[in-house]
Amino acid sequence: MANGMSYALEFERPLLDLEQKISELKGLSTSSGSDFTAEIARLEKKAKKLQGEIFSDLSRWQVVQLSRHNARPYFLDYVGLLFTDFLELCGDRHFGEDPSIVGGFARFDGQSVLVMGHQKGRNTKENMARNFGMPRPEGYRKARRLMELAERFGLPILTFVDTPGAYPGLGAEERGQAEAIAVNLEVMSRLRVPVISTVVGEGGSGGALAIGVGNRVLMLENSIYSVISPEGCASILYRDATKSDKAADALKLTAKDLLGMKVIDEVIPEPPGGAHRDPVKTAEALGRALRKHLFALRSLSGDDLVEDRYRKFRALGVFTDS
Amino acid sequence: MAWFSKKKPVRSAPRATADAPAASRMHGLWVKCEQCEEIIYRQEVERNWNVCPHCQHHLPWPARSRLEALLDPGSFEEFDRGLEPQDPLGFTDSKKYKDRLKSTRKALGENDAFVAGVGRLEGHTVSLGCFLFEFMGGSMGSVVGEKITRVFERAHDLRCPAIVFSASGGARMQEGIFSLMQMAKTSAAIARFREVQKPYVSVLLNPTTGGVAASFAWLGDVMLAEPKALIGFAGPRVIEQTIRQKLPEGFQRSEFLLEHGMIDAIVPRRELRTKLGQVVGLFS
Repeated sequence: MANGMSYALEFERPLLDLEQKISELKGLSTSSGSDFTAEIARLEKKAKKLQGEIFSDLSRWQVVQLSRHNARPYFLDYVGLLFTDFLELCGDRHFGEDPSIVGGFARFDGQSVLVMGHQKGRNTKENMARNFGMPRPEGYRKARRLMELAERFGLPILTFVDTPGAYPGLGAEERGQAEAIAVNLEVMSRLRVPVISTVVGEGGSGGALAIGVGNRVLMLENSIYSVISPEGCASILYRDATKSDKAADALKLTAKDLLGMKVIDEVIPEPPGGAHRDPVKTAEALGRALRKHLFALRSLSGDDLVEDRYRKFRALGVFTDS
Repeated sequence: MAWFSKKKPVRSAPRATADAPAASRMHGLWVKCEQCEEIIYRQEVERNWNVCPHCQHHLPWPARSRLEALLDPGSFEEFDRGLEPQDPLGFTDSKKYKDRLKSTRKALGENDAFVAGVGRLEGHTVSLGCFLFEFMGGSMGSVVGEKITRVFERAHDLRCPAIVFSASGGARMQEGIFSLMQMAKTSAAIARFREVQKPYVSVLLNPTTGGVAASFAWLGDVMLAEPKALIGFAGPRVIEQTIRQKLPEGFQRSEFLLEHGMIDAIVPRRELRTKLGQVVGLFS
């Protein structure tokens, strides 16, 4: 996951430099035989302190950057870390196969479930194939097909949201992008099986929500969920896309913000420094949360699940009624 | 005071943030058609349901005039007028959202961008609502989402057809995630409404885009559109920036959508009442 191709964010740099130094010293100790133990211990302590300083008080814009970090675990990484026996199913049966949404059946603690999520690429080539995680109508229609299949077999649905948004392209419009998203919102609202949606990276507007109507909506600590990207918001409202940090603050789009506004059910903590610093630990925390919520939903009937989901979304909105 | 005040340019695809501009073209004794540029006597246009008598161009038509003209005389009863928007995020751009709401509400005498109620259409009781595009570009925040949800809940309880006239730039970004969630809320209400086996007719007006297009507006059992309305998910500018080329003439217009199988029919405004009556009648 965290390979040589990944980039470092500006605010991560001091920490990464220090860690680089530590690993050089460690290498030097073994090759030269000199003893740098004390120095290494001192630097490691310093690194830990620095990490605490940087990550204890991230700005919203920094969280946005972490949510898009190209070493961040993506959907298929979690599939590998949390599920067994994954069987990917492809195509919408109408027009094509959209690899920016991946879905299939797999085992979670031995139980069959539908797992589905947006999938970004880690490099240019992958991103061309995955369209940077921006689905076309075919992706949403495949998602719908798989969700209805899961429902027919009474299998729980776990979705993982990580997209900048639905693709705003010519063909996507011609083939009914808006219709594809709208239909998913309706279909998801009446699924008679448990649905848990987790935002693991970017929750980009309607393109995210189209696989996000769950009985439980969870977010990883450094993920975001927003009606519009901070860049889009800045360019419209401030006529200046470089004011994205300001827009991120105005939009209140972090997991912590959304929990505070009672829009989501739980924030799943990430390891110090973010999910990409320890994907295995991140997946463990994610797995624990999914297990807990699946367990809580297991006793609900189909009717109960539909009612539970309806009430959850019915209650969202802030207004006065005089 | 300045001798010349700077006028806001008229946009063909207004943004969700536009502050109550479109109505200004309808003030005064005379109106200039935005299509053929003919100067027309205002009363003549209004008598013709805001359709240009010269070129048949469909000018914006205020929601309340629309409902009054389409429904049986005196049958409209408004609901939920008392719903008022809040500022859950404490949002500020060039102006505080609170202040923007205040001035828009004052200028238009409306609380938010949607009128809802129950009326009779050619004798049939219908639960219906219409966007006020002049209210912040018809953007959907919590109030709009709630009113639309209640249109379907009312139709469910009354076991009557539902009609929604959409004209909106999409979700209202000033209400952030709450606006986005209105998409799920309204769509879920439609799923529930389907149980009573009454039709939902969605009428798409110019323009219908973004989160409104991608939720309840595209879930109609019957999908109608006014001629030449701009309808789509992404706005034309966003698409042009993405694909780095000019869009073909007529892209995302009603005629384009009909050709691509995305709507059932294009209905000229003067035929709308008859057409809606026919649809509602056939499904009753």
